[in-house]
This record gives sequence, C-alpha cells and structure tokens, in this order.
Amino acid sequence: MIVLPAGQAETSAKAQVTAPIRRPIEPVGRFFLSHATRTLRGHTWSEYEKIEAEKNVQQIETNEDEDLGDEEQSEDLLAHDPRDWKTADLYAVLGLSHLRWRATEDQIRRAHRKQVLKHHPDKKSASGGLDQDGFFKIIQKAFEVMLDSTKRLQFDSVDEGADVLPPTPKSKYDFFEAWAPVFESESRFSKKKPVPSLGTLESSKDEVDKFYSFWGKFDSWKTFEFKDEDVPDDTANRDHKRYIERKNVAARKKLKQEDNKRVIDLVERAYSEDPRIKMFKEAAKKEKEQKKWEREAGSRKAAEEAAAKKAAEEEAAKKAAEEAAASKVNSKKAKEAAKNAKKKQKRAIRGCGKDSDYFGDAGKSADIDADLDMIVDKLDDLQLASVAGKVADKSAAKAAIEEAVSELSGASKLDKSLLKYFN
Amino acid sequence: MSTIIGISFGNTSSSIAVADNEGKVEVIANPDGDRSIPSVLSYIGEDEYHGQQARAQLIRNSDNTIINFRDFIGKQFEEVNGELTKDGSKVVKTEDGKCGFKVKIDDKEEILSIGEVTKRHLKQLKLAAEDYIGKVVEGCVITVPTDFNDAQRQELTNLSNEIGLKVHQLINEPSAALLSYLTNNEEEYLKDQIFAVADFGGVRTDGAIVSVRGGIMTILTTLHDHSLGGDSFDSSLMEFFAKDFEKKFKVDPRKNKRSLAKLKNEAITVKKTLSNVQTSSVSIESLAEGFDYQSSINRLRYELTIRSTLAKTTSFVEKLIEKAKLLPSEINKVLLVGGSSNTPKLSSELSSIFPPSTEIISPALDSKALLPNELVCRGAALQAALIESFDEDEVKESLQPIVVNTQHLVNSIGIKSSEGKFIPILVNETAYPIKKSIEVTNGSSESVSIEFYEGKKIVKETILEPVKQVYSDGEEFSDDSDEEEEPEIIKEAVEECGTLLGSLSLKDLKPDSKLEIIINITQDGKLHLSSRELKIGSVATKVELSFK
Repeated sequence: MIVLPAGQAETSAKAQVTAPIRRPIEPVGRFFLSHATRTLRGHTWSEYEKIEAEKNVQQIETNEDEDLGDEEQSEDLLAHDPRDWKTADLYAVLGLSHLRWRATEDQIRRAHRKQVLKHHPDKKSASGGLDQDGFFKIIQKAFEVMLDSTKRLQFDSVDEGADVLPPTPKSKYDFFEAWAPVFESESRFSKKKPVPSLGTLESSKDEVDKFYSFWGKFDSWKTFEFKDEDVPDDTANRDHKRYIERKNVAARKKLKQEDNKRVIDLVERAYSEDPRIKMFKEAAKKEKEQKKWEREAGSRKAAEEAAAKKAAEEEAAKKAAEEAAASKVNSKKAKEAAKNAKKKQKRAIRGCGKDSDYFGDAGKSADIDADLDMIVDKLDDLQLASVAGKVADKSAAKAAIEEAVSELSGASKLDKSLLKYFN
Repeated sequence: MSTIIGISFGNTSSSIAVADNEGKVEVIANPDGDRSIPSVLSYIGEDEYHGQQARAQLIRNSDNTIINFRDFIGKQFEEVNGELTKDGSKVVKTEDGKCGFKVKIDDKEEILSIGEVTKRHLKQLKLAAEDYIGKVVEGCVITVPTDFNDAQRQELTNLSNEIGLKVHQLINEPSAALLSYLTNNEEEYLKDQIFAVADFGGVRTDGAIVSVRGGIMTILTTLHDHSLGGDSFDSSLMEFFAKDFEKKFKVDPRKNKRSLAKLKNEAITVKKTLSNVQTSSVSIESLAEGFDYQSSINRLRYELTIRSTLAKTTSFVEKLIEKAKLLPSEINKVLLVGGSSNTPKLSSELSSIFPPSTEIISPALDSKALLPNELVCRGAALQAALIESFDEDEVKESLQPIVVNTQHLVNSIGIKSSEGKFIPILVNETAYPIKKSIEVTNGSSESVSIEFYEGKKIVKETILEPVKQVYSDGEEFSDDSDEEEEPEIIKEAVEECGTLLGSLSLKDLKPDSKLEIIINITQDGKLHLSSRELKIGSVATKVELSFK
C-alpha cells in the first residue's frame, strides 16, 4: 500500500487546477447511462450512489419472505383423514393460508419443502407414533394440486377459505368497507381483466355505472370439477361409471348455475344498498326539476316582461304627472317674479323724480310725481324695463322720461295735454 | 430476447447481433449461414440476391451487382470516390446530384438511388434477424464510422426508420468495439486506460484513440485512411497469383474482368485460410483462356507478398498515436477490429512499435479474444439491450449536447507518496462530475501530511544497447540489419508532481492505520479534497479547490 509522508501540513488550498477541456464523451455503456441520469436529474455523485444503493436494498427485501410456510396447522387439520383430502384446506396444509390464490409457484415450492421437513413420516416416527403419515399424504396431494395449473384453478374455484362473505343484511356497516373486499375476492374469477373496483363515495356516475354493468355481465371461469364424486374405474361396472359421470356433469352444471345466481344476488344487493346510487337518483330528480323549471322559463319570462312593461309605463306616467305639477309651480313663480320686477321698475320710475331732486324743480314736485304716476301706468312691460334701466342714472333720468313720453304720445297712448310737467 | 438489434453496417460486410436478458450477445447468421454478411446486392431477372449469394455474382453479373456503397450515403456524387465500385455496378449521378446505381431488373434499366439500395440492404438484415429471433424486430442501434457527418447520420436514420426499423441510437464504431471488449472483460472496465482502436476494414482503415476513465469513454483523436484495407491484401495476392499464372501459361489474367473476379474470390479464400493454417492450396478453374490455375502458398510467402501493405498499417497506427500527441508507451491496449485483423502477421508487426507493456488484443495473439469482425456489432447489440429499458424520450435527452459534452481534466490530480512519487488519483482526460477514493496508510508516523499535486508529464529516454537478433528461420533482410546497429532509444512518459494544489494533514494516528483520500469534483467545477481514517466515528479533514 502507498505510504504517506510524515509531517504536519496545514489544511489549505494553494493553487487552482488547470482549466478543463470540454469534449464529447461516447454515449455508450452503462456508465454513460448513469452519467446521463445524473445530469438529467441533477443528482450529485453521492446522491446517485445513495439512490442506487437504496434500489439494491429494496430488491433484496422483496426477495426475502423467509417465513413462508411457517404457519402452524390446526389440530383438526393435522388429524384430517387423508382419504378425504379434498375436503381439507389445501393452502392451510402448505402453510399458505395468508396468500392462497396469490401464491406464486416459487412460493408454493418453498412452502412445500418446509412442510415436508416438518411433517415427514421419518421425523414423526422418531418422536413416537407409527401411523403418523396421514398429514404428510395430504401435503403431497396438496402440492400435486398446486403445481398442476388446471387442478389448481379447480381447487381455487371451490376454495371457501378465500371467499369474503358479504355483510349480514340487518347489521350496521359501512358500505364501502364491507363490500370492497367481497368484490375484490369475487373478481379473481373474472375472465375479463382488469376488473373495475368498487370505488369510493366520490366516484363519478360513469365509474359506478361501469362497475355495475361489468358485474351485471360478470363472466366467471369458476369450475366445479373439484367437487366431483370419484369416478370408479372402467373395469368394475361401465354403466355405473357412466351414471356417475353423468351425475357429475349435472352436479357441476347445477353448482355453476347456483354460483351465477349467487353473484347476481350479490350484485343486486350491493346495488340496492349503494349510497351513491341513491345519491345519483336524487341528483337525477333534482336535475329533472331543474330542467322543468328551465323549460317553463319562456312563459315565465314573457310574464315578467309584461309586468316590467306595465311597471315602466306606470312609472313613466307618474313621472310625467310630477313634471307637469313641477312646471306649473315654476310658471307661477316666474309670474310672481315678473310681477315683482314690474313693481320694482314702476317704483323706480315713480321714485326717479324724487331721487333726482325733481330735476332741479323741487317746486313742481307734486306735478312731477303725478305725471310719473300717469306715465308708469301707460308704459307696457318692455318699455317699463328699458325706462327703469335708464332712470337708474339720475342725470339721464329726465331725458329718459321725456323720451318715453314722446314715445307714448307718438303711439297715442298718452295724451300729452294731461301732463303737467312733461308736456 | 430483445427486439432491438445491433447492426454493424460496413462497406464490405455487415453483421447483426442481439443480446439476451442476461447480456449474452449472439451474432446472428443470415439464412445462408454467414455471420459476416457481405454488403452486396445483385439482380438477375427480377430476383434480388443479397450477401454472399450476391457477391458470387461479381464474376458473371458484375454490372448488376452493387458493392461498397455505405460511404456514399448522404453524399453528393462529386464528393465520393467512384473507384470503390469499379468491380461492380459503377456509381452514377442521380437527378438530385446524389449517388445511384444503374442496374437491370427484369430486363429494364433502372437507377436505384443510394437510399433505395441502403433500404433494401437493411431490409434483408432485418429479415435475417427476425428469422433468428422469431419476433418482429422493432428497432436497432447502428454503428457508423467516426467521420460520418451529421447529414450522413441523419440520412441513415431516416432510411432505416422508413423500412420500419427504428434507429434508437447511432454509435461510433470504435466505441462499440470497445464496449464489447470491456463488457467481455469486466475487470478492465473500471481501470483508467487509453486504448488505440484500429479498425482494418475491407476498403478503409479507421483508427481512434479512446480514453476510458471510470467506465466513461472519450475519443481523443481519430484517423482515417480510405485507400488501405483488406482489399489491399487481396490485390497483392491477386498480383502474385497473376504473375505466377502468366509465367506458367503465358496468358495475362489481369486483362479479363471475369478472370479478375475469379482471382479476387480465390484471394479472399486463401487469405482467410492462411489466418488459421500455415499452407493453403489455390485452385481456380478456367482462370483465363481455359487454363486452370493450381498452386499452393504458405503463410511466409503470403506475408512477404503483403509486406508493403503491412508496413502501411503499422505506419497508420504510428500516425494515429502521433496525432494524439502521445507516446506508444502511453497506450495501454491496442484493440484490433475488422476482418483484416485476423492476419497473424498484422498483430505481430504492430506489437513491434509498442513496448511490451502495451497489450495488443487480437485473436492471433490471444485465442480467447472475441472475433475482430464481430466486435462492433456485439457492441451495438449491448448498447441496444442497455437502452431498451429506458424511455425513448429519456434516450433522446441523454444524447443532447448538454449531457454528452462534458468537462475533462487536463492534468492528473494526485498525491505525493513518502518516496516523493506522484500517485495519481484522477488521471488526465477524466470526465467530471466524479468521485474517486484511494486507500493509503501512514506507516509508522503519527501524523501525515497529504499534499495534492497536479501531474506533470515528462518524457524519459532510456538508451538500450543493440542486441544482435537472430532469426529463427535463418532469413535476413539487408535493410533491417542496418537499423540494428544503432542503439535503441526507448521513450517513456512519466508523471511527476507538478503544481501543489492544496494540502491536508491527519494527526494522532496509530501505526499502520488505514486512511482514505477522496477527490470529488462536482458538476459546477468544485474540487472537494478530503481525507479520513477508515474507522467508525473518524472526522474527515477537507479542503475545496476550483478550476482556473
């Protein structure tokens, strides 16, 4: 091995490494694929090593089911009459009652080897008792059945140990918890795979429909040869043999029919109990109502429109009335205002003599006032406004009045001779 | 068995192989029983012949026999060397400026484009593989020479896809050959080595220097010679036979095309026979003007005949190493590929240019070696089996430049031993990210210093005094004897400690405890150097470096 030099160098980085070159590597071989996986998934070297190691560990774990076939058989089973081996639970015999039809051939072989080691007559006789090979015979029979695929299917068909019974009708139970295992166990007999699962309360209507239509048309490969009565061999009595054979065929047919009936009943019961079906029915009812409501929407809309129109009309009429009333009030007000303005103008014209010190002729004040009164009465609205505007200026008041007088007399509204001052 | 096959598609011959579930590779023989299937198509009437049967047609029906077409794929007519097809149907220019072959099918002149010829050839290979596997072959991995350009690669992929043979990957011939060698010799796979892969084909010779670091291969350089190949051996032999025949019968068999074809056939047979035995008989019926030719030739005579070609092959390999700027001693192994590598003299000639430390892998020197003409297709089949378990997309992604183009170390990185020697941990041309560790010891010292250096290559020259060589068969060549007088200079590349990169130390050690030194280079170019005692609960000392 390489020996390191003695010494106590400090821990430090001293220089940088020469810059690397970028080159294509050859995309072949498993080490390249590891490199590609690392790069694409962004794993560092150590992470990748860890992942690979974990993968290997998992693989080993799945290979380890060492306790296969360690199950203890019950006293009854051990004492089972080997002549009636067909009635024994053959999976329990091999210690595979937890796996049953799921057991692989390899598992069966390993379990069988273990049972043989445990129950071989040589071992039994060593511990006393001579007639102890009964159970061993059953083991051998079971092994024979399990390794022959046809015979195994026949046994699986009548293996009651693997059946899951439906819940008792009167008891209280959760639908999915109780029924899912029942259908799961039944599904192993299906010729068609995959078998839809029962699903959950949230399953869609399509899924549920698919499930029940599958089970409604359920096609099972279940056969009942295993329950056949043993056919005597040809030499004894041919007629009797044929009779037994016919009987067997009839029995199988009957059993098959019964089994089909059983499945149909099972599915019907489940259907009737299924909370989702109830839900869907209710939903359908609701939907129907909704539809009906929508269908009537046309006439309802017309009615609504008519009502709205009527309301609008009423509204318009009301508004018009209000407006009319308002305008009435307004005109009244305007008239009053005009009247007031007129009064004011008249007052201004009448007072203009006084305001402008009677145009310097204070002595003739009475005449002026009398004249003004007369003029004001004769003036129409327009003249009133213009004269009132003009007399506001005191200096021009006299001229304005005189102008108005000449205008009025010109129009022969006023007899100039009646006037005492402005003639 | 896998439904993805490996195809080695050569100018002269092709082979197909498939790997089974345990990774055992089977090279598939075609219905004729040939595992090396000539890449030849021939037409008589409306019948198509393929492989050895088609090759046999070169004598009578050479104008309707298509040979040596692989290199024409995806190239313009002007770019190709038409000389290659002089013995068969001559290459012609098609309307689109590419290559084609004019053949007579069912009495009608037809121009088959190079694409059509390739498709027909691949179809035949596919049929042969399907016959053997008993299942429909869905995909393949095809090998191509390193100088196949992108257009050619794309063209070949398209052609193969068109006949329902999906190309999962195109791989380079030298890497395929190396992959099958390394898989067959698993203990070599993880060693850091440099290989020279020399592929002596029928009409061309390709060489590549490949570094293998931690199972990852990188082609450092390639060299191609389109004038050198097994055909050169054949022509030397033909020339020899022709001269002999002329001397005996005063008739020149070289003037007649049919005689030439017969000579060529016999030359190939004799060449193959002499690879295994010392003497071969030669017999050609009615070689020219009704004269039969009968003779025999021994291996030594043959080797003399092909001397000039052999010299070219050795100089080719020398040039290859020169191009890679390496010394022969830096090449750890030379892998001989291609049918011509079976010639025993070829491997012995090659070994003369390498020091004894370099191993030459060929069946002539090691009877356990895989057949050189099967190496490439075996590699393709292995790669096919490897990528079969991956998704198509995953494989495609893996071939993207971002994955394939990888940073490589220029110099080795290592430590200094107590004798002052450079001990490389990661050698040059190592692709990273990588992690590697070595185990060392502290000897008797209580504390040690670990100094990391960059390797520096220096060339050491040793002068050997001339040794008088004696030939066992007593023959001497005058031109060789001159050289022997001069002292031989052996050049060797040695790595010494160069730049000091960093240092670490370990203290309080018991004598002779085991220590581990780890170098880990991450994707982003950080070097993590660490050392620790190989003991539960020990604390590692670390230092981090970066690239310039």
